[in-house]
Order: sequence, then C-alpha cells, then structure tokens
Amino acid sequence: MAAEREPPPLGDGKPTDFEDLEDGEDLFTSTVSTLESSPSSPEPTSLPAEDISANSNGPKPTEVVLDDDREDLFAEATEEVSLDSPEREPILSSEPSPAVTPVTPTTLIAPRIESKSMSAPVIFDRSREEIEEEANGDIFDIEIGVSDPEKVGDGMNAYMAYRVTTKTSLSMFSKSEFSVKRRFSDFLGLHSKLASKYLHVGYIVPPAPEKSIVGMTKVKVGKEDSSSTEFVEKRRAALERYLQRTVKHPTLLQDPDLRQFLESSELPRAVNTQALSGAGILRMVNKAADAVNKMTIKMNESDAWFEEKQQQFENLDQQLRKLHASVEALVCHRKELSANTAAFAKSAAMLELLSDYIRLIAAVKGVFDHRMKCWQKWEDAQITLLKKREAEAKMMVANKPDKIQQAKNEIREWEAKVQQGERDFEQISKTIRKEVGRFEKERVKDFKTVIIKYLESLVQTQQQLIKYWEAFLPEAKAIA
Amino acid sequence: METHAEAGKEGKPSCASVDLQGDSSLQVEISDAVSERDKVKFTVQTKSCLPHFAQTEFSVVRQHEEFIWLHDAYVENEEYAGLIIPPAPPRPDFEASREKLQKLGEGDSSVTREEFAKMKQELEAEYLAIFKKTVAMHEVFLQRLAAHPTLCRDHNFFVFLEYGQDLSVRGKNRKEILGGFLRNIVKSADEALITGMSGLKEVDDFFEHERTFLLEYHTRIRDACLRADRVMRAHKCLADDYIPISAALSSLGTQEVNQLRTSFLKLAELFERLRKLEGRVASDEDLKLSDMLRYYMRDSQAAKDLLYRRLRALADYENANKALDKARTRNREVRPAESHQQLCCQRFERLSDSAKQELTDFKSRRVSSFRKNLIELAELELKHAKASTLILRNTLVALKGEP
Repeated sequence: MAAEREPPPLGDGKPTDFEDLEDGEDLFTSTVSTLESSPSSPEPTSLPAEDISANSNGPKPTEVVLDDDREDLFAEATEEVSLDSPEREPILSSEPSPAVTPVTPTTLIAPRIESKSMSAPVIFDRSREEIEEEANGDIFDIEIGVSDPEKVGDGMNAYMAYRVTTKTSLSMFSKSEFSVKRRFSDFLGLHSKLASKYLHVGYIVPPAPEKSIVGMTKVKVGKEDSSSTEFVEKRRAALERYLQRTVKHPTLLQDPDLRQFLESSELPRAVNTQALSGAGILRMVNKAADAVNKMTIKMNESDAWFEEKQQQFENLDQQLRKLHASVEALVCHRKELSANTAAFAKSAAMLELLSDYIRLIAAVKGVFDHRMKCWQKWEDAQITLLKKREAEAKMMVANKPDKIQQAKNEIREWEAKVQQGERDFEQISKTIRKEVGRFEKERVKDFKTVIIKYLESLVQTQQQLIKYWEAFLPEAKAIA
Repeated sequence: METHAEAGKEGKPSCASVDLQGDSSLQVEISDAVSERDKVKFTVQTKSCLPHFAQTEFSVVRQHEEFIWLHDAYVENEEYAGLIIPPAPPRPDFEASREKLQKLGEGDSSVTREEFAKMKQELEAEYLAIFKKTVAMHEVFLQRLAAHPTLCRDHNFFVFLEYGQDLSVRGKNRKEILGGFLRNIVKSADEALITGMSGLKEVDDFFEHERTFLLEYHTRIRDACLRADRVMRAHKCLADDYIPISAALSSLGTQEVNQLRTSFLKLAELFERLRKLEGRVASDEDLKLSDMLRYYMRDSQAAKDLLYRRLRALADYENANKALDKARTRNREVRPAESHQQLCCQRFERLSDSAKQELTDFKSRRVSSFRKNLIELAELELKHAKASTLILRNTLVALKGEP
C-alpha cells in the first residue's frame, strides 16, 4: 500500500494515488506493506496523517517520534509531502506499524524506494526511471565552491570557517545563488546523517575528508607558517571535492539535510562528530562489531554479478593503494627536486584524487557489506519461521487450542518477516547495481579529467624548462 | 712509423708546443677494465715513440692502489713542487649500487615481476655507469700526466706504464693511513701559521690575487658540487619512481573493462617513456655538471697545494734570510747560511715561475672545460625537455580523443 512519493513531475498517475492514501493510510513507508492489505495494516498512527495535513511547501524536516521498534538513530528525518508542490521532495517517514515491520537497523528509510507492495514496484520503477531521466536530462545544474577559510575564535576553541557557495538553477532551492559559513564538523555531521540514511539501502555515500588532530592544532595555535596554510588549503580542496561528489548523486541531492546544509544560515552544531565523544566511542564499538560480524557471515552468493563486482572492487582497491603509495613517493621526490632546483611539484593533485578514490571504494565495500547483513536477516527470519512451525506442530499434537492460535499468529508474523527480508534483500541488490553503475561512470570521468589536467601541467613545466635552458645557452656560450 | 701523438685530449694549450718529431709523443689510454669481487683491474695501453721504451706499443694491468702510488710519488718529489699535480682518481666505489642490488634481491613480495625486472635493469645500468666513470677518471689522470711536458718524463711514470709485473704496491696499511692523516693536519696547521705570519708579505700581486681567488673558488665549487649531486639524485629517484607507477597503471589497465582501460595503458606507457627520459636527464646532469664540478674541485685543491708549497718555499727563504743576517751579525757560519739562503732563493724563484705558468694554464683549462660542458648540458636538457613535451602532448591528444 505504499505509494511512491515523488509528486507531480511523475505524471498524472500520482495524484490519484495520493487521493487514495488520503484516508489515512501510510503514505511513504519504508518498510511496511505486505502482500495483501494486511490486517496488520498500519493503524495509521497519527504520524502520516499529520504529515499529510500539514501540507506545507517548504522542505522542513520534522523529527518524528518513533515507536520503540525504530530504536536506532536513523529514522530522524521525515519530510512533509506537499501534494501539489512543484518541488520534488523525497519523503522519508518511519513506518509505525510494529506488527508488520521487521524492524531492524538495516531495513530503513530510503528515499525513493522501499515500497514493498507488489503493485508498487511497477509504479515506483517507472517513477524512478523517470526521475533518473530527468536527472540526466537536466544539465546537472549545480555548482558548489568552498572558499575563504577564516579562523574564528582563539586558542584551543578556535576553528576554521569555510564559505560554501552554491550556484544553481534547480527549482528545489529557494534562491539561485547563495552562500553560508560552515566549519569542518558541520561537514562531518552532514556525512554521518547521509550515511545513516542511505548506506543501508545500498547507496554509495561519498566519504568525508578525514580529521587531523595535528593539523588542526597547529592552526588553532596560530602558527602562520607554510605547513599550516598548506594544511588548510588541502582541507578546503578536499571539502570542495566532497561536496561536489555528494551533489552529483541524484538521490543525495534530494535529501533535506543536504539542502539545509547548503542553504540555512544557522546549523545545529554536530557534536556527535567529535573524536572523543560518546557518539564517537559508540561508532568505534559498532565498527568493531561489524568487523567481527563480517568475518562470521558466510554468505551464499547466488548472484554472480555481485560476486564479480566485489572481486573487482577488491582488486581496484589494492591497486589504487599501490598506485597511491608510488605517487606519494613521486610527490616527495619532486618536492626534493624542486627544493633543489626551484621547479614545481604537480603530482600532488593526482595524489589527492587517488586517496579520495581509495576512500570511496571503502564506502562501496560498506554498501556491499550491508547487503550481506540484509541477507543474514532474511535467513534468520526464515529459520525462526521454521521453528515456529515446528512449535505449532507440537501444539497440534499436544492439542492445546489457545496455544495453537497463538502459534498460528506467530507463524503468520514470521512468514511476513521472511517475505519482508526477501524483499529487502532484493531491493538492496537492485539499488547497489544501479549505484555501482553510476559510480563507475563517475570514476571514469573523474580520473580522466584529473589525468588530463596533470599531464597538461607537466607539459607546462617542460615548456618553462625549455625557456630557461634556451635563455641559458647563449650565456654558456659566452663564457670566456 | 711515428704516430702523431695527440697528447692529451683535453685541449691543453701547453701541449701545442710539443715536438712531434719523436721523443715526446706519448699516448696513454685505458683500453679495458675488469671488475672483480672488490677491485677493478685496468689495462693501461701505451703507444709511444720514445726511445727508452722497449716497444712502441705495450700494455700492462694496473689496479687502483698503483695509481695512488704513482700520484704520491709525484707529490713527494721535490722537483715537481712547482707544478700542479693532477689529482688522483677517486676510489672505485660500487658499495651503494651493490647494496641496492642486494636489497632488491631480498625482495619485496608486492613487487610484480615486470617491475622487478625493470628495477634490476635500472640498477645494472647504474652499476655500469659508475664503472665507466671510474675508468674515465683513471684515464684522465694518466693522460694529464702524459700531456704535461715535465711530468711525463718521470721515471716512476715509465715504470708504471711499462713494468710488466705487479708493482707490488700494497694498499696503505693503517699506520700509513694514519701517517698520511697526520701529515695533512700538520700541513694545514702550517699553512695557517704561514699565512698568519706577519712578516711574510706576498711579493707578487699575481699570487696574492690567485690565492684569494682559489680559496674562495674551492669552497664555492665544493658547495656547487654537493648541490648538483643532490639535484642529480633527486632526478634519479624521480625516474625510479616512475617504475612502480607505470606498473600499477598497467595492471589497473588490464583489469579495467571500459574506456578507462586504454587510458590507463597509455598512461603506463607514457610513464615508462618519461622514466627513461628522466633517467637520461639525470645521467647527463651527472656527467656534464656534477662530474665536472667534482673534478675541478679536486683540481683546485691541487692548485691550492701548489700555492702552499710556494708559500712554504717563501717562508723558508725568509727564514734563510733571517738566519743569514743573524749569522752575519754574529759572524759565524756565514758560509753555510749563505749557501742555504741561496738555495732557498733559487727554489722559491723556480717555484714562483712554474707556479705562474701552471696557474694560468689551470685557468684557461678550467674555463674552456666549463664552457664546453655547460653548453653541452644546456643542449641536452633542451633536447630532453622537448622530447618529453612531445610525448606528453601525444598522450594528451590520445586521451582527449577518446570518448
């Protein structure tokens, strides 16, 4: 019963859907729906209703009160749907029907997808394609720049503020040119929000630049030397690339958090990104748990495409790392050479790209991992179902009528969960495929541009060398 | 059948006056060299019409220590005190290269086979280059000796060139090395003393000028030599860096299935070629610039030594004068004092004359050699820069041309 949430641009079909839903059924669910309008259909809790009725035009994230099933951090943002708003607003809502949803941290909010009803996929596929067409047809019209690093404050509480300027003609933004001041932890906060929302469904979220305690301390302390300016410059460039990559992703671009990041002048301070905070430690623990998990899950890979792709990415990762190390050596030596002969080092740019890609590939791997987890959930659900069936059988034998009924209910519940698990799994697989395709395209483009730039700069260097030596030659000849 | 001996390939003007008719023609070269475990054996070939050689063409095998012996023999010879003795060739040093080769052999599992082969190739080329250089150094030493009208007549030189058997010159043992070391210290202390001595006035402006110039020059050239070495090494490292990059790119390329593939492969090729170019730049710089600087560093040291000897002679002369005066006042032992003073005077004058000649020669030699090398260096650098621009441009065109 979930319907797609992309309003108007998708054609006439949409409004009818919405009307249908208006009688309080869930609008934008991520996980619900069973095959039949299941009995456990959402007692439409107040949430969706509120959403619909609110009907505002602006993108305003509201914090939805989750019921206990959604214990995790992910389902924070929901978006109101304005039914006739001309803007495309992806809606995220948390599905409040406990009975049906296999609530797990992994099956989550996904912006455009997640409609689990049989009928929905058709609509949703079409709409997704439509969106993609639009995304491609739109001469992807948004430019982001990060500039003007400024030191704010003093001593250990100081930080660098960067100006983020956006130029766009996309209609979802309220203005066509605007800029805001952001600090590094804001970027990290954005990334963690996006990651929490999209990673589990299989999107490749570009990784944010890394923290560097040494670098920042130098800046804070106020050393105005070349190494700290270099550090700030590197960071600025990295942040710019990060934003550009994020914005290039058609789905992420729709995200309200991203928009808030780009547009709003005041941003709630993202404290969870501090290295030594409670959230930070929680993250570390989670990471450790994940690593252990990865080692123990033995996935029965039935899909050759995935296996191949994973292998490919492993190889790519290794090779990029090697290349990265070699280019780093190159950069070092060029620096030495330039120190000795006053020329310039251009390989640094290559280095940047390579390290970016190494991290991106790590993100890709993460996505694959999520798929594995999803599969595991599915398996677990199946196993439980089996157990429940056995229990029922036992009850039958023991002939306890009330227990039988209970058992029957449980079985039904678990059947649903199994199906849910299966669907989730398929979903995530599909998403990953698309993502990987897009990623590859981007990669090709990226590498090509950087390589061409690098080579051109090399040509320039050589030409300058030629100039100098030509000037020197007559002098040498004049030695007497 | 006298062969016109073109004495000395370095265009030393002083050789122009050599009588080519017969006895001064002497041509020396190192025709072959063999590198064994830790020593190098040079085959020194001589072509000469000089009467006191038994044959007109002959060759002997010499080792590095024998060259050093010859050099020391010259230095210790009082007769040549007024001449610039060509600096001794440096010890053949394959240590660095050997170490690198060994490290490569111990190996790094992350290095692919092609990379390994390439690195080995590079190292072997380096080894070969060092070898060639050391041969050249020894050869230049001999040739300068042969070209110098006075030095080429030395008896030791003839022995060196002709004596078929091993000269049984053992390497300096520790006592001798220490002795040599101490002698150096004494010498520099002495030099400092002499120059500090108030009474010692430089009578000749020419020498005064030369001294200051040489001192300054020597330090400057030493600096320049170090820096040139560093540049050359950085270039070399750069060239070596391209090896793993090229290998990684080509393996990336073989793995790719889409458009990036050809790009990567082309890049790999590009880096390979760039590597060769950079390597050539490095070696050219090495030969033209570093080597020349190094040689002249040593040469200027030799010139400084000459000046020192002259100064010493001057000091002796002055002392003799003083002694004579003292003897005259005391009216005792005037005779020996007089003859001693005469001797010193003669010596001093002799040294001054020949030193003047030598130093002017040195200057012209130096200037012409710098000129030649620097011109060649500039031309080579230009050639390489143009070649690499060409390669880069071609690759750029190819890359841009693809979708």
